Amino acid sequence: MAYETIIGLEVHVELKTNSKIFCGCSTEFGAPPNTHTCPVCLGHPGVLPVLNERAVEYAMKAAMALNCEIATVTEFDRKNYFYPDNPKAYQISQLDKPIGEHGWIDIEVEGKKKRIGITRLHLEEDAGKLTHVDGADYSLVDFNRAGTPLIEIVSEPDLRSPEEAYAYLEKLKAIMQYIEVSDVKMEEGSLRCDANVSIRPLGQKEFGTKTELKNLNSFAFVQKGLAYEEERQERELEAGGRILQETRRWDDQGKKTILMRIKEGSDDYRYFPDPDLVDLTIEEEWKEKVRAEIPELPDARKERYVKDLGLPEYDAVVLTQQKSLSDFFEECLQHEAPPKQASNWIMGEVSRYLNANNKEIQDVPLTSEGLVKLIELIEKGTISSKIAKDVFAELIENGGDPEQIVKDKGLVQISDEGELRQMVNEVIDNNEQSVEDYKNGKGKAIGFLVGQVMKASKGKANPQLVNKIIVEEINKR
Amino acid sequence: MSLFDHSIDELHQLLHKKEISVSDLTEESIQRVNEVGEKVGSFLHLSEEGARKKASELDEILSSDGIKGSLFGIPGGIKDNIMTKGMPTTCASKLLDGHDPVYDATVMNLLNKENFVNIGKLNMDEFAMGSSTENSGYKLTRNPWNTDRVPGGSSGGSAAAVASGEVLFSLGSDTGGSIREPAAFCGIVGMKPTYGRVSRYGLVAFASSLDQIGPMTRTVKDNALVLNAISGHDHFDSTSVNESVPDYSEVMTGDIKGLKVALPKEYITGGVHEEVREQILKAVKRFEELGAVVEEVSLPHSQYATAAYYVIASSEASANLARFDGVRYGQRVEGENLIEMYKKTRSEGFGDEVKRRIMLGTFALSSGFYDEYYKKAQKVRTLIKQDFEEIFLNYDVVIGPTSPTTAFKLGDQVDEPLTMYANDVLTIPVNLAGVPGISVPCGLGKDTGMPVGLQIIGNHFDEKTVYKAAYAFEQATEFNKQKPEL
Repeated sequence: MAYETIIGLEVHVELKTNSKIFCGCSTEFGAPPNTHTCPVCLGHPGVLPVLNERAVEYAMKAAMALNCEIATVTEFDRKNYFYPDNPKAYQISQLDKPIGEHGWIDIEVEGKKKRIGITRLHLEEDAGKLTHVDGADYSLVDFNRAGTPLIEIVSEPDLRSPEEAYAYLEKLKAIMQYIEVSDVKMEEGSLRCDANVSIRPLGQKEFGTKTELKNLNSFAFVQKGLAYEEERQERELEAGGRILQETRRWDDQGKKTILMRIKEGSDDYRYFPDPDLVDLTIEEEWKEKVRAEIPELPDARKERYVKDLGLPEYDAVVLTQQKSLSDFFEECLQHEAPPKQASNWIMGEVSRYLNANNKEIQDVPLTSEGLVKLIELIEKGTISSKIAKDVFAELIENGGDPEQIVKDKGLVQISDEGELRQMVNEVIDNNEQSVEDYKNGKGKAIGFLVGQVMKASKGKANPQLVNKIIVEEINKR
Repeated sequence: MSLFDHSIDELHQLLHKKEISVSDLTEESIQRVNEVGEKVGSFLHLSEEGARKKASELDEILSSDGIKGSLFGIPGGIKDNIMTKGMPTTCASKLLDGHDPVYDATVMNLLNKENFVNIGKLNMDEFAMGSSTENSGYKLTRNPWNTDRVPGGSSGGSAAAVASGEVLFSLGSDTGGSIREPAAFCGIVGMKPTYGRVSRYGLVAFASSLDQIGPMTRTVKDNALVLNAISGHDHFDSTSVNESVPDYSEVMTGDIKGLKVALPKEYITGGVHEEVREQILKAVKRFEELGAVVEEVSLPHSQYATAAYYVIASSEASANLARFDGVRYGQRVEGENLIEMYKKTRSEGFGDEVKRRIMLGTFALSSGFYDEYYKKAQKVRTLIKQDFEEIFLNYDVVIGPTSPTTAFKLGDQVDEPLTMYANDVLTIPVNLAGVPGISVPCGLGKDTGMPVGLQIIGNHFDEKTVYKAAYAFEQATEFNKQKPEL
């Protein structure tokens, strides 16, 4: 039987406000345990929450960027549950009146565009962090994170494949980067994702029973976990079994999902409006002020790259996926870089280096100005593209002025015909067989000869000229 | 005669003339606590050393700069659910035994600014749940007028300490009558301000949408003086309101000619005891003699107030008290695992009444019951609020008894929670509506010989008119001069 996969994602994004959502403590990541705490975020008796206005603005901004309708009156609720990382034994969240609802984003998978609905976006506080000590009969708790503002973004069950889920997450991450409300670093926990997945026979209207995937530490794990679940559920159904409502996690070493717990019905969190916080009315004026702060978003930027710069669709998508790279590209344009060449470099060498070294563009000494100068040197024929790669390696490691690097290292391309002709003749003299081959119609042989000249010139020879001269010289003989 | 038969104003004059020192006042207080402590049992924590130290500091200020602060040198006591840095705060619960707060409540900062002398922490029903202070996890407090009887609650220690002359004023908290009922039972003045008038930051929450801190004193003037000191917007409490705080003393002229007074018929019928009704009807006459116009009105939804209150207050309490889980502070009882630790800590730490309300609230908020209980109770609350709004379109204040009875005997209602809950039937509507209400002494009941309290209720943020009426009544009757003999 053919099945269809139904996926919905719940994404938590930590907002990068300076202080926590209900107290003045710092939200800085990586401080010694329990140093960014106060009676309020520790849930001491008698304390009261005071809402951080900036957190509301960031949430509004995010909701707007996801095309949500913004609430006029928003309300905070208590979500009750006991756990040692939850100091008040309730989390302040939003149930009935979230900040944003009914949004959407567009994704693209294999050239096909698709609109994914956003059910809601609400504001809430993060919990502390528990560390389970191996072999000990206790756990340690760090409340630095407790009270960090979070937004929870719930998608409609519109996603139909793990690839779509991946694309959705990439887009969501890019948007959050563009509007600068979060670092969206999965490894630091500033972006977290839970996935609901079910399958149903093609054509069936009702959803099947879903399982929930938790502890997904990267987008790749989300995709892998979903792909595994897709298959597991299908196997189960094909074998005549049924899907249980379970919470599972992805085990990357075992390459499978593992049961965490079976859910019986839904948890009862006994939500009710938090009497310590008054309803928040969001005036039109405030909305407009926040809306005005939203910069050009990835989709708009992509369209501009295609329409105005004539970049291929693929380039435009890749370039706009990460705000930092896209901003770098924008800077290159300001230095009057030829768009396609700049795009090639950024998507190619720059990305390769950053990925290999697990770095961000702002972490390396390479400047947009440097890259543009490098491109100019190639365009002018001062250096070959092969030499350019060496210069680039220097630039991205140590920075500097490409022209100076070329001069200092004597990397200027040899375009002097006389000098080249001499090199060519030496090569021809030493490779009579190749000359013979060429004369016998083996066009390939010329490539070998060019290679030999390049080698002799230590890569500095102008390859186009070398090619021309070789043909001339062979024909002379 | 005790120094505490003087008003704060009078004591300030004595201090000013150097006839007494702050240390004299403090010693008087400590001595009195030691004298009647066994009999009355107001205090959970007596801060003898701290009070003496503060007093000598203030005496130095007095000799160099004079009186600095509206409560300068005045000995006061604080209900044990208000956070006091460096002084244990337990809410009379074993679970918080010895809890040493790391911060001061906003009201404490404000009182400290006025240079009062903190004598210590006062007994109460555990987590402010109760009407007799019998739910304290530590001790009984007895009514200074008759030590076989309860002082009322939950601010029983706060009321008894003022009535027995241990302190000149105290702070209580009132969620459904917890300031006014004990004030009535002990024959003193107790004010529950408008919700939002006084910051709740540092008041251990029982029911957040109802709780208010308020002053308990011998006289209306002293009461207003303390309220003036603790009122005002606090950026640590989002529910505190940014309304200007008038100087209440200005309205205390004794002149209430033309004041329009509403007397709800529901407040003088039904379960109100004859000895209480008799005193209240005398009070009505007194108001008329003073030139006020008293008319009978109706608060039609007040009959549903108690039911709605116990749903709302217990629901909020079930969440508010969840933080007492043994993880970060309080008395932890170890268990085999996390769940066992939670269970043991909470089972052993909380008393029966607290558990009863946590269960009630947890049930009311549960999925499937939420609409039927919590939501419906909120609708009733809105109707009660509207009842008051309508009355205040035409009247300046509402009067009636504070409690249907005078102080009952210790142990009488301990095993009958519903009877106990009914003590608050006349005070609860005021909390649900969020309006201010005061209890002032209204003579002694002829059957029990115990004090009767007259409740005066005002419109939102109109404590001024409440004080104006209360002062006129107090001056005309001088019931406040009646004192218990201990």
